Amino acid sequence: MDALKSGSRLEKVLKAGHFAFTGECGPPKGANVSHLKEKLAHLKGVVDAVNITDNQTAVVRMSSLAASAIMVGENLEPNYQLVCRDRNRLAIMSDILGAYSLGIRNILCLSGDHQKFGNHPEAKNVYDIDSMQLIALVKKMRDEGVFPNGEEIDEPPRLFIGAACNPFADPFEYRVYRLANKIKAGADFIQTQCIYNMDKFREFMKMAVDMGLCEKCYILAGVTPMKSVRMAQYMAAQVPGMDVPEALINRLKAAGKGNYAKEGIKIALEQIEEFKEMEGVAGVHLMAIEWEHRVPEIAEQANVLPRPEV
Amino acid sequence: MIVAERKPFEEIKALVKDFNRVLTVGCGTCVAVCLAGGEKEVGILNTELTIARKVDGNPIELGGVTVERQCDMEFLDELDGMIDQYDALISLACGAGIQFLAERFPDKPVLPGVNTTFIGANRDVGWYEEKCRACGNCCLGLTGGICPVTMCAKSLFNGPCGGTNHESCEISPDQPCAWHMIYERLSKQNRLDSIIEIFPPNDWLNTTPRTIVQPAYKERKAAR
Repeated sequence: MDALKSGSRLEKVLKAGHFAFTGECGPPKGANVSHLKEKLAHLKGVVDAVNITDNQTAVVRMSSLAASAIMVGENLEPNYQLVCRDRNRLAIMSDILGAYSLGIRNILCLSGDHQKFGNHPEAKNVYDIDSMQLIALVKKMRDEGVFPNGEEIDEPPRLFIGAACNPFADPFEYRVYRLANKIKAGADFIQTQCIYNMDKFREFMKMAVDMGLCEKCYILAGVTPMKSVRMAQYMAAQVPGMDVPEALINRLKAAGKGNYAKEGIKIALEQIEEFKEMEGVAGVHLMAIEWEHRVPEIAEQANVLPRPEV
Repeated sequence: MIVAERKPFEEIKALVKDFNRVLTVGCGTCVAVCLAGGEKEVGILNTELTIARKVDGNPIELGGVTVERQCDMEFLDELDGMIDQYDALISLACGAGIQFLAERFPDKPVLPGVNTTFIGANRDVGWYEEKCRACGNCCLGLTGGICPVTMCAKSLFNGPCGGTNHESCEISPDQPCAWHMIYERLSKQNRLDSIIEIFPPNDWLNTTPRTIVQPAYKERKAAR
């Protein structure tokens, strides 16, 4: 990791050894730019980059490309999410070039939630390539300056390549190898699924450290504060691949009515404190779902402000 | 085999509404095995149509015949001489059979009586599971004999997505996660090495109509 690959703020923060702090924002279900700008305003100066989700849960929203470009215009750094569900390799490559030309410097390569969950479940999905192949594609375009067919790219896209990792989904033993493959394919940074089962995450990170993965790639631990007992129960029972221990739900319940959100944030803050010290963890990715306005206070209490100058 | 499902009755009834003399042609191969379009199903459909049209006060004259295979021209010859007395044909064969029947008798409207659903296997009586998407590049040798293109809802080539729900796919607790199965099987065979390598993007060969002529028959085709 010598010269900068993309020059993004996120890359510089990580490369300088600072503990990174990223946020997330879902584009509007419409073309309401002012609402998007309002949500983004809460995150300004509070996080290093903001993930802009790409039709998350397969619900149609403003494109992540357009929302990311709007964000660039607001002087905030997007982490442009791109899923393989909705586009073939031609569209993906042209979107990558378009993203770079619009000033986007971070990309998060994802498979995408299945359309069955979304608001157009009768749609045909694409999956021409998968997230692993997408990572390799962006790397090839960036580092070799060519398309997969060998044709030269007139000004290659210099993007900081991100990928996701879910340490909690089965088969657990295979997950660390899949992470290794994503790094081998070209991931510069990883953002994990929301972590609630800390024991399992510690075990996973130990394996990742032992395999030398954390020297090749920056791992950002995913944190989503629970807003209510209901949310915790829903995530435990209804969200595939999510691991919410019973003890966490009981702790929220014990906080008593009216205190759930406060307790949820307290749990998140304890997690962030542990991540700061955990070997192999380079930062936190805070996914405060529709809670952008609470991010400043969470950042404040987590002692991650001010964000470093880079 | 090819698995099909009979179309809803009302849809078939609507397809033949303008015809008074119709021949229902079954197929004795795949669709007969999966209980969708064999001799028995031809009889059932004709009985239903006869009753429904009588109730509507618009009686229909129906014939029924089942050929060995509709996807083979030589088995369609036996229909010669039978077709003239009908205004239209209902085919209960798969999409290949329906199209061959329509090609063999181009002057007659040929209407589908089934929806061709998938290439699958017979798990139990009346129970069929999709197993192959005919992508044209078989990777089963590397994936423990389990097809990720068909069995993974996202057709992923490089391991399970983050939505694996214990051992199930995120789309349904009843759908096993293909990559979980692949991992388990290869693990038992001590062959996990084959999924540690990254699979490159697939060369999708099922995006244009495909024709195969076996080498020994190339000259025969050229002569036609």
